[in-house]
Amino acid sequence: MAKYLLLKHYRGAPASVNDVPMDQWTPEELSAHVQYMRDFAARLEGTGEFVDSQALSSEGTFVRYDGEGRPPVTDGPFAETKDLIAGWMMIDVETYERALELAGELSAAPGAGGKPIHEWLEVRPFMAEHPTVIE
Amino acid sequence: MNESLLRELVPAVIGVLVRRGADFAAAEDAVQDALVEAVRVCQDDPLRDPKGWLITVAWRKFLDAARAETSRRHRELRVESEPVPGPGEPADDTLQLYFLCAHPSLTPASAVALTLRAVGGLTTRQIAQAYLVPEATMAQRISRAKRTVSGVRFNQPGDVATVLCVLYLVFNEGYSGDVDLAVEAIRLARQLAAVTKHEEVAGLLALMLLHHARRPARTGLDGSLVPLAEQDRGLWNTRLIAEGVDVLQAALARDRLGEFQAQAAIAALHADAQKAEETDWVQIVEWYDELVRLTDSPVARLNRAVAVGEADGPRAGLAALAGLDTALPRHAAVAAYLHERDGDPVAAARLYAEAARSAPSLPERDHLTRQAARLNTRLRS
Repeated sequence: MAKYLLLKHYRGAPASVNDVPMDQWTPEELSAHVQYMRDFAARLEGTGEFVDSQALSSEGTFVRYDGEGRPPVTDGPFAETKDLIAGWMMIDVETYERALELAGELSAAPGAGGKPIHEWLEVRPFMAEHPTVIE
Repeated sequence: MNESLLRELVPAVIGVLVRRGADFAAAEDAVQDALVEAVRVCQDDPLRDPKGWLITVAWRKFLDAARAETSRRHRELRVESEPVPGPGEPADDTLQLYFLCAHPSLTPASAVALTLRAVGGLTTRQIAQAYLVPEATMAQRISRAKRTVSGVRFNQPGDVATVLCVLYLVFNEGYSGDVDLAVEAIRLARQLAAVTKHEEVAGLLALMLLHHARRPARTGLDGSLVPLAEQDRGLWNTRLIAEGVDVLQAALARDRLGEFQAQAAIAALHADAQKAEETDWVQIVEWYDELVRLTDSPVARLNRAVAVGEADGPRAGLAALAGLDTALPRHAAVAAYLHERDGDPVAAARLYAEAARSAPSLPERDHLTRQAARLNTRLRS
């Protein structure tokens, strides 16, 4: 099994096909979307492939060390940030192909008009904690 | 009696319940419940006959569950409450359980989870922690696996090869949570070797013992990877090495070579060298030739190239590497090592950096990055 992170972006990913912003959807469309995500996570738990799912606020602050005895420098959120992560789902699957298949399904979550959003999701493999013995 | 000794009894107790007429999934649940109770009870008072105790309590739990199920469905209880002695030996039960849990209809991950629970007696929580997934996810993986094998008859002959693959997967997982999976894999391989005379079972057990013997030397104090040639050989566990060599020699004497025996033979040759420079690389290359003949595996060919580089010089190693697919995992790392030995630090540094980018684990990435940094620093000065 290998763990993958399915990353959803606020900004930075190419535009989705059904590109209507969420605040323009009807309440029913929003409910349908949320339900789809819940069902998806529940189904993955049932197949033994679910690890974690989290959403991140679009707020964020950059922090930097500014030298001994001084408070850290803060900045942002930057209006022009190239990339902003909205949330993730972590899965534990047999193959890379299975990770792609699930990301494809997640990308089909319904949006405006009840039609799939076709949004771009990023699939990133986790590094293993332990090396396999190779000597 | 501690928990790990109790866990050794699990396969035999499941076997008894199945021969009395319980289906595998229900028997496994009942034994797991009885095990939890045994651990609790024997904290105050050690059990005099732990196996008998487990059989009695597990059978009672099975009957309770079956009755609850039956009354729920308003049906007659199908199972007699009195034990029915059946045919078969306990040793057969243990072996059958290994076969069932590694049944070819299961995916490797499901087979691993089911083996750890039904043969190893670990709790779902312990397995979930070891594989860094939520307990609910692991519970589902195990119950799906049980459903998958629910139609498999307990007394069907199984395939030792799939069982060995499952145990090797467990061994290579390392450890997190409170269970050391390498130790658990060795325990399960020992138990399997006690009930079957298969040479490859002995081969895998020997391989695990020899690899595990070197574990204390494989990681530095800071968690960094220490390559074989730089390991403090005084940290190797000589008792495990001696056991591994004994097990291997007994297997090789039967003259039915397999890939695990060949790999164990290579590990034994490494273990035999007091210093890295005393390693018998010529013989190691011969064993890699056997391994390539047996498996035709590109990974075996890649490792063979390293051995050839040591036995016949880096040029020969690079020649052995030449025909192999550069997309193979660790190809760049091997190429980097051979180029450095061949006196080409520029190519080596570039290849080490490339290898670091595609490393599958953090300790390996750090190790390879350090190699690239070491060479680049030397090149600048």
